Amino acid sequence: MGTPLIELVNVSKSFSGVQVLFGVNFKVQPGEIHCLVGENGAGKSTLMKILSGVYPYGEYEGEIRLEGYPVRFFSIKDSEKAGISIIHQELSLVPEMTVYENIFLGNEIKKGSIVDTFEEIERARQLLLKVKGENINPTVKAKDLSVSMQQLVEIAKALSKNPKVLILDEPTSALSETESENLLILLKELKEQGVTIILISHRLKEVLKVADSITVLRDGQTVAYFNCKTEEVDEKKIIKHMVGREITNLYPMPIAEPLDEPIMETKNWNVVEPNTGRYLVKDANIVLKKGEIVGLFGLVGAGRTEFGLSLFGNPYGYIVSGDIILKGRKVKFKTPEDAIKQRVLYLTEDRKEKGLILINSIKENISLANLKALKKGITVDEAKEIEIAQGFQKRLNIKARNVEVNVSTLSGGTQQKVLVAKGLFAEPDVIILDEPTRGIDVGAKYEIYTLIRELASEGKAILLISSELPEILGMSDRIYIMSKGKITGELKSEEANQEIVMAYAVS
Amino acid sequence: MREFIRHLKEFLKDHVRDYAMFIALFAIMAVFAALSGGDFLSPVNISNLVDQTGYIAVLAIGETLIIVIRHIDLSVGFLSGFLGAIAAILMQFYHFSALSAIIIVLGLGTLAGLLNGSLVTYLRIPSFVATLAGWLAYRGALLLATKGSGTIIITNKTFNAIGNGFIPDLPFINNILPNYHKLTLLVGIVAAVLIVYFSLKNRDQQIKRGFDVLPLDIFLIELLFIDALLLYITFILAAHRGISWTLVIMIITTVIYSFITNRTVLGRHIYAVGGNPEAAALSGINVKKITLIVFASMGFLSGLSGILFASRLQSATTTAGTLFELYAIAGAYIGGVSAAGGVGKVINSLIGAFVMSTLTNGMNLLGVDISLQYIILGIVLAAAVIFDVATRSKER
Repeated sequence: MGTPLIELVNVSKSFSGVQVLFGVNFKVQPGEIHCLVGENGAGKSTLMKILSGVYPYGEYEGEIRLEGYPVRFFSIKDSEKAGISIIHQELSLVPEMTVYENIFLGNEIKKGSIVDTFEEIERARQLLLKVKGENINPTVKAKDLSVSMQQLVEIAKALSKNPKVLILDEPTSALSETESENLLILLKELKEQGVTIILISHRLKEVLKVADSITVLRDGQTVAYFNCKTEEVDEKKIIKHMVGREITNLYPMPIAEPLDEPIMETKNWNVVEPNTGRYLVKDANIVLKKGEIVGLFGLVGAGRTEFGLSLFGNPYGYIVSGDIILKGRKVKFKTPEDAIKQRVLYLTEDRKEKGLILINSIKENISLANLKALKKGITVDEAKEIEIAQGFQKRLNIKARNVEVNVSTLSGGTQQKVLVAKGLFAEPDVIILDEPTRGIDVGAKYEIYTLIRELASEGKAILLISSELPEILGMSDRIYIMSKGKITGELKSEEANQEIVMAYAVS
Repeated sequence: MREFIRHLKEFLKDHVRDYAMFIALFAIMAVFAALSGGDFLSPVNISNLVDQTGYIAVLAIGETLIIVIRHIDLSVGFLSGFLGAIAAILMQFYHFSALSAIIIVLGLGTLAGLLNGSLVTYLRIPSFVATLAGWLAYRGALLLATKGSGTIIITNKTFNAIGNGFIPDLPFINNILPNYHKLTLLVGIVAAVLIVYFSLKNRDQQIKRGFDVLPLDIFLIELLFIDALLLYITFILAAHRGISWTLVIMIITTVIYSFITNRTVLGRHIYAVGGNPEAAALSGINVKKITLIVFASMGFLSGLSGILFASRLQSATTTAGTLFELYAIAGAYIGGVSAAGGVGKVINSLIGAFVMSTLTNGMNLLGVDISLQYIILGIVLAAAVIFDVATRSKER
């Protein structure tokens, strides 16, 4: 094999003290489609952002080599000049601007000091033709296009810079099956035209269809490299490297057996994104039982959070259809307040943005969702509020001087406990926990897990949404797996292992 | 005919937002014209109205770009007042020429804008707070500058002509149309012809390149309407003393800013930063630089506004600039700029500023009580934004 077109040597990167890449080595041969795979948080996007100059030289350690020569990118412009174009996971179009303005944003075609609009529109047409988006009118605004069309515009934008290397970060996660299929065909065509492609994807079936070689990243390290031309590669092999680690006793033992008594069910539950009409969740049927911990696993874009939120009074205004059956009765939650009243609770994955009011005290956060219980006349009974907050502090071992402390000063794990306390104060029967341990340390995780076990033993039904496979396997009595908005599998915990669950998740 | 009505319907449906402000301004003017028995449309009053709008209009233009990039600038009113006082002091006490005073004031304004911009970009102070601090500080600075004498009377004739003078007439044809300002008529007619020429040329080019264009009937009506309006205003102004220097400055400012926002890379980048800052940054645009430029331009325009106001009053007063920032912001919002960022046209904000000053002027003319005037202004502002939000959500 000749000199790699791109080589990353021993690349490390940390964000405010937390290391995410540990000496990654990565190489791409010219003219190939190279796939980069790994679990959520393995460091794929970070690695590509280093390669494309989003994180400039100096913010990482290690070396980037282009055709064998070391290069330093101080900005996105530098990497573009070197022939590297990236399409980021979150679409980065300006919604209020037209397609052609978006395509040439940052690389405008000028006639003197004036933007040559006509030329830009002509060239935009040609580029859109190249990416098979000939039915896209370059003069409409980006916000008026469907997600898949926006994706094509992004690719046209990247191609407008005549790149040698095109990086696509999860381009298919928001697309339907046919749309993904078309995209893959397009990528192959671009390869024929001499463009080297780096593709990040969760969907291993897609990866195996197009990849010439594959790098697997796990926990910020390169763990495997496959050359698909010379060796036999299958999903199983890749998954094994993706998950790799073993589950030790990170998880407390169950306290009580779950009861065979359904509390909440969904029947043909659909969630539709109103602007695009895309199904985020399709025909989902699940059952939650008393005292049972049910895991819901899926990769990014599978629709886990959207599903969980839609059951909780649908606060984001998705279009939902289907039935929720709660304790044998059909119910409808118009708002989260409705859901809380019926004793269904959702605790968010994003505790800082959505779950807690950081500048308020512990006690105010705990009591917020159920202030009615503390009413004394028209005022809040503060003595009772403190008493209850102190009760939770003791029970959950919330490490703080007292309950008047501002939540913003607490560690992530402690904040998570405050969030749980807030939930428990509302006395729910059903608790939907969305990524309850994201970003907190191992010790705090164990306490949260213990608490989840306790809640189950008190007879509450728990839906544990997580993208961390070991957590799902370690905690759940039963597991649902989601992929592309559909429930693709249901397993009892004794039937499940990492490979089986992952196989459902990438199907 | 049926074809025409269909075209008209489609046009109104697609462009109601673009033209609503023009229509509103027209309606307001018609109402005042009717209620005042024609006084409102008298040449003197229209000429006054234009000059009264100038110092707010230039601020509204600057504020448009500020709001487009999701910021706000509250300091511009008293900055304008303070800079007007500086101009007065330079000319009255230190005997600067009008030109050098103007250049210094515009320079200082730009620096003040850069200061605001630096606070916002480098120290990450919310623009509302940073410029509120400026609002207070410049208020104090204005009081300080006018401390000794109170009002500073400006005696420089050149300077005062900016706010009160008119362009000279053609000297050699005194006997033709003696009651009209000939140069004004000439400028208006030439402009009308040029508009027709360029509109036709542009349409031709668009058709050649296969673009969607307005149907011919609607296009001609639009063209006719614009030209008729232009010629009518020309005619009115010519019947008084012609085009004022304030109007010249306003037109030049609008043309330059429209050109920058519509045709240049800088303009594109400003709207991109406002529309999606992350996307702009990932496209290699320097967001901080754009923010600084927009704030600097706002400071420059504050200086211009200060000059226009001081020269119009022929003096610097202790209260100059009071509420200018809010009138300018209101003008921009009436013109359809969106607080969510990335949306808003310079020309529409100019019209918005005209809506504000027309209301004030017309109500004064009718002798409407000042308390009622404020209430009506408030209602109009709310109505304009409600209309904007309503039509915007319908688009979705």
